[in-house]
Amino acid sequence: MSNNLKTFTKGLIKENPILVLLLGCCPTLATTTSAINGMSMGLATTFVLIMSNMVISLLKNFIPDKVRIPCFIVVIASFVTIVQLVMQAYVPDIYETLGLFIPLIVVNCIVLGRAEAFASKNPVWPSILDGAGMGLGFTLALTVLGCIREFLGSGSVFGLTILPETANILLFILPPGAFICLGFLIAIVNQFKKENH
Amino acid sequence: MAKKPSTLVNMLVALFVITAVSGGLLGLVYGMTKDTIAEVDLKKNQAAIEAVLQTGTPIDRLEEATIDELPCNLAYDAQGNLLGAAVKTYSNAGFNGRIELMVGILTDGTINAVSVLSQSETPGLGANMVNPKFKDQFNGKNPNNGYKLTVKKDGGDVDAITAATITSRAFSGAVQLACDAFEAHKAEFMKGGNAQ
Repeated sequence: MSNNLKTFTKGLIKENPILVLLLGCCPTLATTTSAINGMSMGLATTFVLIMSNMVISLLKNFIPDKVRIPCFIVVIASFVTIVQLVMQAYVPDIYETLGLFIPLIVVNCIVLGRAEAFASKNPVWPSILDGAGMGLGFTLALTVLGCIREFLGSGSVFGLTILPETANILLFILPPGAFICLGFLIAIVNQFKKENH
Repeated sequence: MAKKPSTLVNMLVALFVITAVSGGLLGLVYGMTKDTIAEVDLKKNQAAIEAVLQTGTPIDRLEEATIDELPCNLAYDAQGNLLGAAVKTYSNAGFNGRIELMVGILTDGTINAVSVLSQSETPGLGANMVNPKFKDQFNGKNPNNGYKLTVKKDGGDVDAITAATITSRAFSGAVQLACDAFEAHKAEFMKGGNAQ
């Protein structure tokens, strides 16, 4: 059990996909212009991660090694398309803001990375936990990054205005702001890890 | 179950089964969500038409038409007089993909209100065109009375969005397109169209 717990929690901080493994930086930098966008993107990716890890772990003996990557990609792409259709139907507003980045979850290297590194070598239950942990770690990093950028760039957090418009720093909404914030976040996490070693 | 070796047959079977099942599953989900997606789109369109034609005068009926290839809805009052039109217009000159707007125009050519149907401009910059601060500046302006639908930088009267001049230009261009189309064709609809 403690092993399973570790599989789940390692994705949150210790092996956080963004802040430690530095995987999947493209959607991270692009979608975190506001807290809600970052969180929705994170949750959509989490769903895909859990489902694809589960299916790939179930199929791991059925898939011959030489064609495993195309098989993984087909499984991942199917779940991404399902997410896309469901979001378009039931949360059209969020679908509209994320738009292009939902289909891009297919090529998010976290998803393929976990399939290759974990799900294809482990039983179903740990694979689901690994997907959930990694997904939530991704969501956490995206939400924090989104909060910081939204606060500095638009003076609000989750759409609640805190600072007047004159205090906004436009830079943080733009791509350079994303890099700067991510850099500082990684530095903080590194320091934290060093102290707790 | 032991791992299957990578023989040609095994590979073909694995790929075939996985793609076939995925395809089937996707078809199923598509079928389930298709109607809801269409409904959401329709509702959005309907809400936009109502929002941009809000003037205080009750609308008796709406009539669909196409002017200069732009779909539009003509609003008539109880006496069959034309109140205005909600013209669906677009621009491909945006920073990132197509911009679709619904523009409410009154019979004298005054822009009543503009509503954004779809856009994929940069969040935090061009995407701010959905904010009232930008899009409501057009309300009550009449291009027939000298209101120039180009950004101030280009000598017009539109306050551009900070750091998003391209988006502002595209937006203004789309509104201009709607106004021109309505101006050119409004005489055909004045007399109540297919009066009851």
